Amino acid sequence: MGILKSLKLLVCLLVMAGVGLVSVEVSRAGRLADPPVHWAFIPPVRSSLPTVKDGTWSRTPIDRFVLAAIEKQGLSPSPEAEKTTLIRRLSLDLTGLPPTIAEIDQFLLDRSPEATEKLVERLLASPHYGERWGRWWLDAARYADTNGFEKDLPRSIWPYRDWVIRAFNRDLPFDQMTIDQLAGDLVTAPTPDQIVATGFLRNSMRNEEGGVDPEQFRVEGLIDRVDAIGKSWLGLSVNCAQCHNHKYDPILQEEYYKFYAFLNQDDEPEVEIPEEKVIRQREEIGGKIARIEDELIAATPDIDRRLADWEQRMRPLEGNWSILKEGSIFASFGTKFDRLPDFSWIPKGDNSTKNVYVIQTRSPLRKITGLRLELMTDPTLPFNGPGRSTTGGLFLSEVVLEAGGQKLPFAEATADFSRVLYPIKNTIDGDTSTPWDIEAGPGLRNQDRKAVFALRQPLEIGVGGSLTISLVQKQQDRINIGRFRLAVTEEVGPQADPLPSRVRRILALPAGERTAAQKREVFSAYRTTVNEWAVENEKIAELWRDWPYAATTLALKSREESRETRLFKRGDWKRPGELVAAGTPAVLPGMAASLPRNRLGLAKWIVDRGNPLTARVIVNRVWQQYFGVGLVTTPEDFGTRCEPPSHPELLDWLAVEFMEKGWSIKHLHRLIVNSATYRQTSRTTPLLLEKDPTNRWLARMPRLRVESEIIRDIFLATSGLLSRKIGGPSVFPPIPDGVLVLSYGGATWNQSTGEDRYRRGMYTFWKRSVPYPGLLVFDMPNGDQSCPRRTRSNTPLQALTTLNDPIFMEAAQALALRIWKEGGPTDRARIIYGFRLCTGRQPSAFELQQLTRFLEQQRPGFVGRTASAVYVAAADPAQLPEDVNLEQVAPWTMVARVLLNLDESITRE
Amino acid sequence: MNYQDEIDVELKKLLTRRHFFRDCGMGLGSMALASLLNRPGYAREQSPAKPKVTASNPLAPKSPHFPAKAKRVIYMFMAGAPSQLELFDYKPELVKYNGKPVPQELVKGINYAFIKPDAALYATELRFARHGQSGAEISEALPYLARVVDDITIVKSMTTDAINHAPGQIFMNTGSVQFGRPSMGSWVTYGLGSETQDLPAFVVLSSGGGISGGASNWGAGFLPTFYQGVTFRRTGDPILSLASPRGINRQMQRQSLDTLKMLNEHHLEVTGDPEIATRINSFEMAYRMQESAPELMDLTKEDKATLEMYGATPGKPSYANNCLLARRLIERGVRFVQLFHEAWDHHSEVVRGVKGQCKVTDQASAALVKDLKQRGLLDDTIIIWGGEFGRTPMVESDPEANRALGRDHHNKAFTMWLAGGGFKPGITLGKTDDLGFNIVEDPVQVHDLHATILHQLGFDHTKLTYRFSGRDYRLTDVHGVVVDKLLA
Repeated sequence: MGILKSLKLLVCLLVMAGVGLVSVEVSRAGRLADPPVHWAFIPPVRSSLPTVKDGTWSRTPIDRFVLAAIEKQGLSPSPEAEKTTLIRRLSLDLTGLPPTIAEIDQFLLDRSPEATEKLVERLLASPHYGERWGRWWLDAARYADTNGFEKDLPRSIWPYRDWVIRAFNRDLPFDQMTIDQLAGDLVTAPTPDQIVATGFLRNSMRNEEGGVDPEQFRVEGLIDRVDAIGKSWLGLSVNCAQCHNHKYDPILQEEYYKFYAFLNQDDEPEVEIPEEKVIRQREEIGGKIARIEDELIAATPDIDRRLADWEQRMRPLEGNWSILKEGSIFASFGTKFDRLPDFSWIPKGDNSTKNVYVIQTRSPLRKITGLRLELMTDPTLPFNGPGRSTTGGLFLSEVVLEAGGQKLPFAEATADFSRVLYPIKNTIDGDTSTPWDIEAGPGLRNQDRKAVFALRQPLEIGVGGSLTISLVQKQQDRINIGRFRLAVTEEVGPQADPLPSRVRRILALPAGERTAAQKREVFSAYRTTVNEWAVENEKIAELWRDWPYAATTLALKSREESRETRLFKRGDWKRPGELVAAGTPAVLPGMAASLPRNRLGLAKWIVDRGNPLTARVIVNRVWQQYFGVGLVTTPEDFGTRCEPPSHPELLDWLAVEFMEKGWSIKHLHRLIVNSATYRQTSRTTPLLLEKDPTNRWLARMPRLRVESEIIRDIFLATSGLLSRKIGGPSVFPPIPDGVLVLSYGGATWNQSTGEDRYRRGMYTFWKRSVPYPGLLVFDMPNGDQSCPRRTRSNTPLQALTTLNDPIFMEAAQALALRIWKEGGPTDRARIIYGFRLCTGRQPSAFELQQLTRFLEQQRPGFVGRTASAVYVAAADPAQLPEDVNLEQVAPWTMVARVLLNLDESITRE
Repeated sequence: MNYQDEIDVELKKLLTRRHFFRDCGMGLGSMALASLLNRPGYAREQSPAKPKVTASNPLAPKSPHFPAKAKRVIYMFMAGAPSQLELFDYKPELVKYNGKPVPQELVKGINYAFIKPDAALYATELRFARHGQSGAEISEALPYLARVVDDITIVKSMTTDAINHAPGQIFMNTGSVQFGRPSMGSWVTYGLGSETQDLPAFVVLSSGGGISGGASNWGAGFLPTFYQGVTFRRTGDPILSLASPRGINRQMQRQSLDTLKMLNEHHLEVTGDPEIATRINSFEMAYRMQESAPELMDLTKEDKATLEMYGATPGKPSYANNCLLARRLIERGVRFVQLFHEAWDHHSEVVRGVKGQCKVTDQASAALVKDLKQRGLLDDTIIIWGGEFGRTPMVESDPEANRALGRDHHNKAFTMWLAGGGFKPGITLGKTDDLGFNIVEDPVQVHDLHATILHQLGFDHTKLTYRFSGRDYRLTDVHGVVVDKLLA
């Protein structure tokens, strides 16, 4: 450590000791020699409000702390901002959208003393509040619409994004919001929303490149989750202890893996989240089917006897099978497999090509007469599989069994289900161009299936004899088998059990123990075998065809069998060390004994009243959003190396207040935006700049360039193009040529049309390997990792974007037309109107004069319907209203473009 | 050492003082800035002869820790991983074992991406010969490089941690297999700033297919975003949104910017916010970029001999054009140029594939060395050539996947070459075993390569750091040793 740094640390500690944040009594064995306990590791207590000289200025308790600091610096606060500034500031801060002129006028006319408070309440109640603050959280949640890495395939996790928006809109208490995101699936009777919320953890990248080791990247995903929790909730760089004990903070490497162990117990399903409409439609279809079946049952007095007979007939058809437990699997294109405890295989990683799975195994039987392939559903497959296609389907071209270097001919292949024209016999016809397909249509397709391949001659192989089985899949890319299991039999003439596996499992129960639903399922299976019910069966099949589907999202599901966690020596997953049990770092208050040692316990520990970090970290990040810099400048790091907070008592007061007022984020907003601190003007003086250049003491409000997505929103809202639709799948606004060429395998970008072309920036499809350039250029985080603090850069590439990018130019054209139509009869009136639309305020005489001069300067160039006039006037001149003249409106596009590009237009003053 | 925060504070202070005291030239403010930056271990304001640099420009040129051998970098990234066994690492012993299974003790415990552990060894069909005074051994696939071997430094003993493309590329470019770290170009730009006001400091050009590691290969990670690489498009305007919208000519653009400037300056007076001065400056730079970038891209300005030397054709995007553009970029002050050519993932027919890609790249890569040398630019420019890992001495063959006579990913040994920037010309460092499987002499880890490149740029790689999340991060993580044997 350099001298300067040591000095800095020393100063830091002295400062903290000075404000009573460091206590020196407590220490932990085995650490640095008796270091003082870092302030952030001691739970906050509500600070008393400091006394201030100016007794009139403060509006909320926040102001007392801020004013005390301002006075201590020998400064005084700035005057309140003008009302036009205030409404634009509040609108942008709370909803990310600029106020309309009507809203501004209404606010200006409201002379009541609580006009601003009323405005705040209106904005907090706006559904756009959830979008603005939801996006704030999504930065930390590293939200993206693709899996990352080379393949970077699309994923459906926007339901999580929409859940975040809703959670903010209904002011879901932050402690509950935490529990839902970290353990929504583990609470008692979770709602669909709580399952969706676990998408926070699923926002990790996923590597589907050919040849990857699935375990390596599963581990990397968990490392990312530990990092994201550290940055988003705890303000701790826990990940620094991945390879060795933390160099600066009291976190041991073992403790890293104890934390990791909480997250190491899950499966990663893609779950369908049916919305009300879909649920209703399904109930309707289910009801209609049930009525037809009810009628059949009612019309069949001897139904019980018939069913019993049928069951009796079905009983022997299951056959006697020995599962192939030994051996290994190899697939082309680097696909790798997990082996599950029931001896099924499940492929991981690459799914991009037509594949062949080759299984080398040993016979558990002396003699073999047939081979059984079970295709099994699994929550990690799309719609539970059993295939890997987007609907969980698959195609199987050929099945080949070899022993002793000889291909063994099959006599017959049977299956419990085949799609018409794609029969199971296609798998033994020696022709890879004809496959077996198990597609059974909506509502019926995602279930276990099986096929049996009977050998022409029994094979005397002997127990332990080598077998090679090839599952050849040559029909179509990305339509490979998901989970499957193999078995053999020695019975004569083996055939596939015609009963669906689910029904077979029900039949295994004594009749008296079956539920009504199970009994009905047995009946439904039976019904399809009854010839005289052909009409009814067809009617029911018809109803199934309309079975609707809903969007899916990525979620977590706790495993039934726990996974052991070992420390990785030097962070290398290939070098596992000692076993560790789930637990929290010892430097922080321990987990209550009553809490389960799983994600739910972890989540509850994180939002425990005694956790010193969580509330501080959250209030700090909210503060940062308003003031550009947090009270702690590093929201991701409250460790020993962070700078001491500028207003430590305020931080603690806010943290305690936040927790005591039910973790309400909206309450926190009210405290801040109703403060005198927040209402100050952002204009500054030489004295303030001299004394406090970075505005640490807040004797003025900082001016902040708005976030990337809000720049787009401002352009579209001001020009009237913006669609205010909330939520839904991400959209594909126009993307410049030559951007997607950098994507591996060439991405498709099905450009959105209609209103989806003009949605808010936060809905733009976010492809990790090729981020949308119009957003990236303004510092949108790329989603590779949790990002609690964005850069706010100011570059020429940004200037080029707002000046020249087609969508920004289109906004200028739309704004021009709006000014032309709505702005009044004179140039002056129109300029004022346009200026107000962009900045919220009236132009000064100088500004009016400059813009008038510019307008006059531009006019001659467009006279006579020049080509320039045509291009400049409108993106599509054919869409111009008939009463609008090209050459008249074109100069206004030039004016509108200047107005939109003003620093003020994209700045929260 | 890490002064980033103090610098931010000081920059703001200075700029605002300048605004209020009307100290607008190169007066007090700039001098104070220079004195601030003139601290050991970090950047100093470099040339007082550049009066255009404003105090709020974080990309202003800076001096490194100690006098540098090199000022800029051109990195030809051969994405997909070219086969060292077809190009540089000649293994006559492999011929003997051709078709025989690889010795099991070599591959024990290793998981390959695509092949089975018992794959057969495979000797290349390409011929090798010694070239130049240095006698470097080069394959027949690289006839042009063979003519400049005395100017380049070959490292046959590179090793890396990753065997999959995306992590491999990310590791080679950021020093970590996990995403989220700054790229080498970003670090270099952070350390040295930019010599140009009219073009981005870190430019990325591409040819070949889409890039496995994606944008994180040139991302800024946790560094401020203005240090990230700017991708140039292959066709049309190189920089997105470079051209003014249709119908708006240069004069109209100027008039618009003049009006904007007046209005922004007016608002600067009212608010006193120095960020507006930076905004004005950004718009002016954008305007200059609109002129300088098309000029840069116009290869018709090059003489016929130069075009022929590279094999470049104006108007037809190619790797050769990119090499020539790289020279034009560094001539204009661009700090770091990275060429991505994703084309080398030869899981099948490696010989044919490598020969094909050499036809596309060899002439231009060699021409760049020659051209920079002729122009006196090679001395202080580092050229880097290489992929994310190497390829196996074992054959990849899988009839089901239609693959034959290919090679799988191999991280234990591969070859890269460098030129210029104080690297010792005409040497070959490192040796692999008889099968080309493991390194037996002078292994160079990726972090060592990074440390050496930073060293040549004037940095102690352990001290070029950025504080993030409580830790002083660096390109070389906690590793890296400068490879002295590579240096002149």
